[in-house]
Amino acid sequence: MIGLLVGVPLFGAAVLLVGGRRLDRGGHWLATLLAAVSFVIGAVLFASMLGEDADARAMHSKWFSWVPVEGFQADVAFQLDQLSMTFVLLITGVGTLIHLYSVGYMEHDPRRRRFFAYLNLFLAAMLLLVLADNYLLLYVGWEGVGLASYLLIGFWQHKPSAATAAKKAFLVNRVGDAGLAIAVFLMFTTFGSFAFAPVLSSAGEASEGKLTAIGLMLLLAACGKSAQVPLQSWLGDAMEGPTPVSALIHAATMVTAGVYLITRSGAIFDGAPDAQLVVVTVGAVTLLFGAIVGCAKDDIKKALAGSTMSQIGYMVLAAGLGPIGYAFAIMHLVTHGFFKAGLFLGAGSVMHGMNDEVDMRRYGGLRKYMPVTFVTFGLGYLAIIGFPGLSGFFSKDQIIEAAFAKGGTQGWILGAVTLLGAAITAYYMTRVMLMTFFGEERWRRAPTPSPAQPDVEPAAETRGEHAVPDPHESPKIMTIPMIVLAFGSVFAGGIFKAGDSFVNWLEPVTRFEHGHSPVSATAVTTATIVALLLGVGAAYLQYGRKPVPALAPRGGLLTRAARRDLLQDDFNHVVLVSGGTHLTRSLVYVDNKLVDGAVNGTAAAFGGLSGRLRRLQNGFARSYAVSMFGGAAVLIAATLLMRAV
Amino acid sequence: MTVTNVASAGGVPDVGGLWTVLAAGDKLQAPSIEYGKLSPTLIVLGVAALGVLIEAFAPRKSRYGAQLSVSLLGLAAAFAAVIGLAASGAGTTRAQIAGMGALAVDGPALFLQGTLLLVGIVGVVTFAERRLEPSAAGSRVDAFAAQPASVPGGEGERQAVKAGWTTTEVFPLLMFAIGGMLLFPAANDLLLLFVALEVFSLPLYLLCALARRRRLLSQEAAVKYFLLGAFSSAFLLFGTALLYGYAGTVGYSGIARVVSGSDAVSDPVLAQTAGNDALLLIGGALVVMGLLFKVGAVPFHMWTPDVYQGAPTPVTGFMAAATKVAAFGALLRLLYVVLPGLSWDWRPVMWGVAILTMLAGAVVAITQTDVKRLLAYSSIAHAGFLLAGVIATSKSGVSSVLFYLAAYSFVTLGAFAVVTLVRDAGGEATHLSKWAGLGRRSPLLAAVFAIFLLAFAGIPLTSGFAGKFAVFKAAAEGGAGALVVVGVIASAIAAFFYLRVIVLMFFSEPQADGPSVAVPSVMTTSAIAVGVVVTVVLGVAPQYFLDLAGHAGVFVR
Repeated sequence: MIGLLVGVPLFGAAVLLVGGRRLDRGGHWLATLLAAVSFVIGAVLFASMLGEDADARAMHSKWFSWVPVEGFQADVAFQLDQLSMTFVLLITGVGTLIHLYSVGYMEHDPRRRRFFAYLNLFLAAMLLLVLADNYLLLYVGWEGVGLASYLLIGFWQHKPSAATAAKKAFLVNRVGDAGLAIAVFLMFTTFGSFAFAPVLSSAGEASEGKLTAIGLMLLLAACGKSAQVPLQSWLGDAMEGPTPVSALIHAATMVTAGVYLITRSGAIFDGAPDAQLVVVTVGAVTLLFGAIVGCAKDDIKKALAGSTMSQIGYMVLAAGLGPIGYAFAIMHLVTHGFFKAGLFLGAGSVMHGMNDEVDMRRYGGLRKYMPVTFVTFGLGYLAIIGFPGLSGFFSKDQIIEAAFAKGGTQGWILGAVTLLGAAITAYYMTRVMLMTFFGEERWRRAPTPSPAQPDVEPAAETRGEHAVPDPHESPKIMTIPMIVLAFGSVFAGGIFKAGDSFVNWLEPVTRFEHGHSPVSATAVTTATIVALLLGVGAAYLQYGRKPVPALAPRGGLLTRAARRDLLQDDFNHVVLVSGGTHLTRSLVYVDNKLVDGAVNGTAAAFGGLSGRLRRLQNGFARSYAVSMFGGAAVLIAATLLMRAV
Repeated sequence: MTVTNVASAGGVPDVGGLWTVLAAGDKLQAPSIEYGKLSPTLIVLGVAALGVLIEAFAPRKSRYGAQLSVSLLGLAAAFAAVIGLAASGAGTTRAQIAGMGALAVDGPALFLQGTLLLVGIVGVVTFAERRLEPSAAGSRVDAFAAQPASVPGGEGERQAVKAGWTTTEVFPLLMFAIGGMLLFPAANDLLLLFVALEVFSLPLYLLCALARRRRLLSQEAAVKYFLLGAFSSAFLLFGTALLYGYAGTVGYSGIARVVSGSDAVSDPVLAQTAGNDALLLIGGALVVMGLLFKVGAVPFHMWTPDVYQGAPTPVTGFMAAATKVAAFGALLRLLYVVLPGLSWDWRPVMWGVAILTMLAGAVVAITQTDVKRLLAYSSIAHAGFLLAGVIATSKSGVSSVLFYLAAYSFVTLGAFAVVTLVRDAGGEATHLSKWAGLGRRSPLLAAVFAIFLLAFAGIPLTSGFAGKFAVFKAAAEGGAGALVVVGVIASAIAAFFYLRVIVLMFFSEPQADGPSVAVPSVMTTSAIAVGVVVTVVLGVAPQYFLDLAGHAGVFVR
């Protein structure tokens, strides 16, 4: 039954890829149906799980033994506990909605069947990732989602930018994947196994140094997959993929795999406070980093990508707090899955109605033309900024509270960062909202850079001219998933919070401790709301009261840096690319001079020897006979000599 | 006069009576022959004799078909006999010495005879190819000279070529050669060893001279092969004489018993020489050298490149594969049955020979420009690898050599069969420069040749790897670790020139006036296909055959 969860979408991917053009007509419905089937299976399992006692809910099922060697047991076995269940429902639920949305979004794409095959492949790999009962199988799923992500980012492979973005995502993820691989190796040498149960139950017996090493490697893996500093650079470019992909993979599910990994490996991090500190730091830095980048982007998808980075920063921070934060990390992950997927689908819907324009400076006043998109997007917006009563409010508030509860100076710093993040979140999301749905209808006039204003953002000019778009609402098949997600954005947080049901649900897996916050819960909530209001107000003053220029002004130093993703690519280029180039150049030099010299010298020596020996073969039978005779004499002499010695 | 006296004195009327007297006196025993046990050899030699009769009496037109079918049937029947004998346990539990001590019927003998018969079948098939040469005077011709006896370039040859003659005596010659080779690894008696050597060598000398193209080169090769072969036969015969002087017998078991000291020589004639260790050592060394010549080991290898290049390519392929199988079989039996007591004496010398052979073969091959000479040097290097297995002096050494021989012979047959297909106006285009870019023009053929080259180089998933691994493993277990190191180095050197050909075929621009690939008949096609299948099967799933060779690894004494 658990294996079916993985098997059903995998079967779909195989059928669609092998079936060929015959499935072009109906393949997308098959993929959507199979996604829905796996959601139903997940729901049935969930129902049966609810019937059990809290401690007896985890299910195991071993499919077969992959490498049955003594001392090295690699099983293909699944573990379905409350944590996995949460992910299964999120992945299959949101996944099904996005399949449905894609039916409309990709309607005119000639390679639609392939797109749906990759989507199904992604579902299978992601489910394998969260259902694996050991780190090795998790690694298989981890690589599988990486593959699906690569294929889907570069889905429009005719665009060089998409191909480059896919390659970039793949390369950056390799760094993280190497971390995971090393972590698995370390686990095997430390614990003699990589199955969750033995590793996590005996984590306390290992030395802190080893746990720290494993933890840091796991964190590296999480940074790659979840776009955390310093491996964050690929996420913005990944928006080159079709928008449903951005919603499903690069917002709701795959990028949260790092949070899953850290939460799942909680026992390891609990024994390694240094690693936890690094986790928290990474989360806090990314939280601000993503938020600042999100403020400066004019591309609606890239602004949302910055936001995703920032929100995952919240989750990683919460996961780094230990048992006081795990449950909140996952809770924020789920609510974020709803509202961020909804926001991306809304962005896709806007683009759909605007001739695939992504520059928000050429939007404006769209609320009249796309009412459903406006309302669903608006609800997602309210949820993400943490408007009281909506999903994001509950989940984010809990994290901020837990951050203060970390205690000491660290607690204060983390609390301040999370509050600051909340304010910036409110700012950039309000900016997106205002630039897209309110204000002047800037798309009516073609933007022409005025010669008197030479200091505009140069990238804006190169986008070329578009015909004046005709904004319209998207078809039902696209709006319905948005509406469903909007419901989630509004109510999920409240449901989870009511009676601490979510925390209690996860408690057997992630454990839970109440933090002792130096500030009262009411104070935190108040501060959060104040931060929210400050952010919204600032954005309103800047983008609501004044007209938005259709071409981006040059902006201050920070703005320009933020537009360039806070110079992440420049940093990578200077430090890694040119550093790597220098390293390889010097290695090539050594290789040419020393290694090749030795090799070529040997080859030349053998070649010369060969040429000389060859001359012995002169073609005269008499010489051959002499050589035989001489050889015979030598051999006989040698034989006799052996006896004499 | 004496007889007459006896007759007159005893009143016995005629000579016939003398026979009766002798028989009654029990002086002459009729030899007992185990016909069933020796049937593979007998069938092949019988078929060879039948081939001579066909050549003499059948009309010219029907000879080709008759010879081909008789040869194939005979070889198949002989192979069936080998299988039957093996199934009846003649190779393991019921191994015995047959033919009054002259022939051994045991595991190694049957394994090698089976291999030789399969090689022979493939060889017959390549001999029978008649599609490659452009037809002369309306009849299809093969790779062999139209009138071998005529002077190269002379009038007789010109007329024979013009008439489009073909000769079918190659089939009985081949069958005699196979018959001799079947005897060679089974011979349990130095005299029979010598007879078998000549029985298979003489037809090969002749076959080498029979190339239709490049007649002078072919005849030169044959003469060189004959001269040097005769020289080496003399070594072997002289060694036999010395060993007889030492042991008073030419039977393997008898000599072995004298060496180990369990038997004493009673013949008073040999009182001066018997038990003289110098005779034993020199005699043994000379016999071994006679065999080393046949396997092409350094320093007795000089004939190999010239003969391989000059002989008609189907003959080269057969010779390279089958001679090596037969000669290594005989060498194994000699060293393991006759001279195990001397292993302290011969092992160091054989070490040196093996190292020299591996290195010289691999190094000299680097600068070769002719594909047939390249393969000749490659065969020398492989003889060195095989010697490493021989030196192991263990059961696994024997079985690894047996496996290696089976694997190597099919790769060789296939590779030379491919060589026959790459042709230009002058016949086979054997110069390597002409093979440039072959992979672009004939990807399939080039890929097949690449498989054979990879097998020669011992790359995993080919039979060459399995064989080389088995041999080196046996050698290492036998305490010859240094030899294995040299072997691996030689393999690395050898890999260079094999891969160079692959690079040449696939990554070089084709020549404008390059050769074309002839479309062969089903004959050569099946030969190549068998080579590929055996190479891949023995490479991917060698275990069954390793086990088979492992069961066959014990000599009867």
